[in-house]
Amino acid sequence: MADPRETNPFRTLAPAPAAAPDPGLVQPRTEEENIREEIEKGILFTKVESVVHWAVNNARANSIWPLSFGLACCAIEMMAIAGPRFDVSRFGAEVYRGSPRQADLMIVAGRVSIKMAPVIRQLYEQMPDPKWVIAMGACSSCGGVFNNYAILQGVDKIVPVDVYIPGCPPRPEGLLYGILKLQEKILASKPELGPFPAKRRKGAA
Amino acid sequence: MTLNMGPQHPSTHGVLRVALELDGETIVGAKPIIGYLHTGMEKQAEYKTYTQSIPQTDRMDYISPMSNNLGFCLAAEKLLGIEPPARVQAIRVLLCELTRISSHCVWIGTHAIDIGALTVFWYSFREREKVLSIYDMVSGARMTSSYFRVGGLSMDIPEGFLERCEKFVDEMPAHVDEYENMLTKNPIWMARTKDVALLSAKDAVAWGVTGPSLRGSGVKYDLRRNEPYSGYDSYDFEIPVGRGVGDAYDRYQVRVAEMRESVKIAKQAIRRIRELGEKGPYRVHDFKYVLPPKEEVKTSMEALIHHFKIVAHGFFPPVGEAYSVVEAPKGELGFYFISDGTPRPWRMKVRSPSFINLQALPLMIQGRLIADVIAAIGSIDIVLGEVDR
Amino acid sequence: MALTQERVEQRLRERFPTVSIERLTGPAMRDWTLVVPGDSLVEVCTFLRDDPELEFAMLSWMGGVDCLPRVPRFETVYNLLSLSNSLRFTLKVRLPEENPRVPTVTGVWPTANWHERETYDFYGIEFTGHPDLTRILLPEDWIGWPLRKDSPLGYEEVAFTHNSPNREVPRPALKKLAPKKVKYRAQ
Repeated sequence: MADPRETNPFRTLAPAPAAAPDPGLVQPRTEEENIREEIEKGILFTKVESVVHWAVNNARANSIWPLSFGLACCAIEMMAIAGPRFDVSRFGAEVYRGSPRQADLMIVAGRVSIKMAPVIRQLYEQMPDPKWVIAMGACSSCGGVFNNYAILQGVDKIVPVDVYIPGCPPRPEGLLYGILKLQEKILASKPELGPFPAKRRKGAA
Repeated sequence: MTLNMGPQHPSTHGVLRVALELDGETIVGAKPIIGYLHTGMEKQAEYKTYTQSIPQTDRMDYISPMSNNLGFCLAAEKLLGIEPPARVQAIRVLLCELTRISSHCVWIGTHAIDIGALTVFWYSFREREKVLSIYDMVSGARMTSSYFRVGGLSMDIPEGFLERCEKFVDEMPAHVDEYENMLTKNPIWMARTKDVALLSAKDAVAWGVTGPSLRGSGVKYDLRRNEPYSGYDSYDFEIPVGRGVGDAYDRYQVRVAEMRESVKIAKQAIRRIRELGEKGPYRVHDFKYVLPPKEEVKTSMEALIHHFKIVAHGFFPPVGEAYSVVEAPKGELGFYFISDGTPRPWRMKVRSPSFINLQALPLMIQGRLIADVIAAIGSIDIVLGEVDR
Repeated sequence: MALTQERVEQRLRERFPTVSIERLTGPAMRDWTLVVPGDSLVEVCTFLRDDPELEFAMLSWMGGVDCLPRVPRFETVYNLLSLSNSLRFTLKVRLPEENPRVPTVTGVWPTANWHERETYDFYGIEFTGHPDLTRILLPEDWIGWPLRKDSPLGYEEVAFTHNSPNREVPRPALKKLAPKKVKYRAQ
């Protein structure tokens, strides 16, 4: 009977050892053994996943498209960062989109009145994932100077906020720092790839 | 068909909603719906002292904050019956004219962007940054400065302020020439703004429109000339008036000419401040209403008591009413106070120009196309913070 | 000779001898103010606008006031501007607390439209004959008249430990969000 190892077309790489090895003698590792060990450890797959995450996160962080959504005075400082002195183009975020369907980032710049709150919620829901919200200024973070019947005390009552920027209004450098912090947050997060993410963020619809 | 130009729109200068009734592409009716930025400032002013309400005024017309501060302070000073020294008035005039220049820079940048001329935005915001650094130097904040107080200023002007202002006003006319180069004879600009958003003089007066929009329609009424305040009757300047057609191009020309006039007034004001002294009194010398200087507080008993009363309670104005106006970059800005003798006003009513000018919008766009709505809203120059208060 | 406010009052009294016009005076009444009854408001305004000597062509603004302990409780204030004479004039109408009504002046000055809506929005004062008396600044379904003196400011209490017993205790310092190797682009 022929040796099945000779005729089996699916024989594995490493041939069977010819004779029982001498227990005292340490056999040198062959090339194939090394490769197999590496493959079995599975390092290659982990590297691809982390590369993909790194690439996706960097792409998202360095090309945030804000929604042009200025409410009040902070909106003017937001316009100022689009201006020549505090250039936000260097961070990739100068493309202010008019439509929420095309935007990643909603910078709630200004005081949120009770009449405007359902509109903000609707705009937030119209934005596709992944989306982030920056509450710019004191009024959108916590109500700010105005604590009365007409102003919502903080936009985080209706949308989940990622970065709060204090100031009244915050200097454009402050807003840029907030955008950089958001970039850090995006780079450190686990991106949801694919159309049906497994877990929803707390507070999102 | 009814089309909604929603509260979130790249060209509505804030949260303005306009419900347009369309027949094809022509507009048959328009209804501005406002209130998306209503802040309850008038109610809140009844719970705060006069000085505490000054930061609120910054946030009304947030593009020209010093004008709002001035309007408030003038109305309170009229109620109290005090008048600040001439040096303070000159500083106020200087800062208000710089405010006018910066507000018109924002206006021209955003109006041009709406119509499609993007370059003007970069240029005019560059000039605005210079004015904002001047504000920063004098009050500590770029936009919401709250620099004026009832009876004077909160602090004296720092060293180097006048040189900075001079440098700015010397180079400003060249920049205004730049904007005019790009827009005034530009055929696209003329096609988009000539005979667009017409407002006749009779309509403008009947609908209460004031400011450059009124002057663009041919009515020569400027509060700095007709009801002078803060020493404006001693400055030499022209009142630019439009051709009388009342279209967006007229209003554009009026505002650009106003920028040049503001430079003239600012130069005169700087000269006057130099004459009256670069350092000097920056408040009325009436300690019942105004904080006494710190040196006196530490030595004189009456000054200490006044300081304590004013800081702890606020000053006590007489029982009465006063209404006072300023020529804000948007129009006639007025504050009406009713006082009942307590440090908190009984009623503060703000006559905000944008609220009233916006009412004339449906008249201007009747029978026009949708693109003209954008040009019309831009040419009236509204600020939603002021419309909704 | 320039028009003065005294002359305006004189002309008004001549033209409307039966209408009770009262001038408000006081140590700090800085504007010339006349109180007219609500029924004759539209006639008075039309006269002020159309008379060639007076020519109050612009209604600068119109607002409401709530003088709560006083009876009548409400007031509407009208500030008129004569462009040709550079003169201002103030009219007031006093209104009772129950059912405050005053005829609209939108027929005289169309700009009064939004002013009256705002006064209605804030105080609940009704303007008879107004083309579209609905809320303008507050949401359509708001209940109440916020600027009345008996309406509260509506502020939210600032949460301190003494007035919010069930507040969650702040957690200890959070782990840093970004791992050390993340660099800013500028670097």
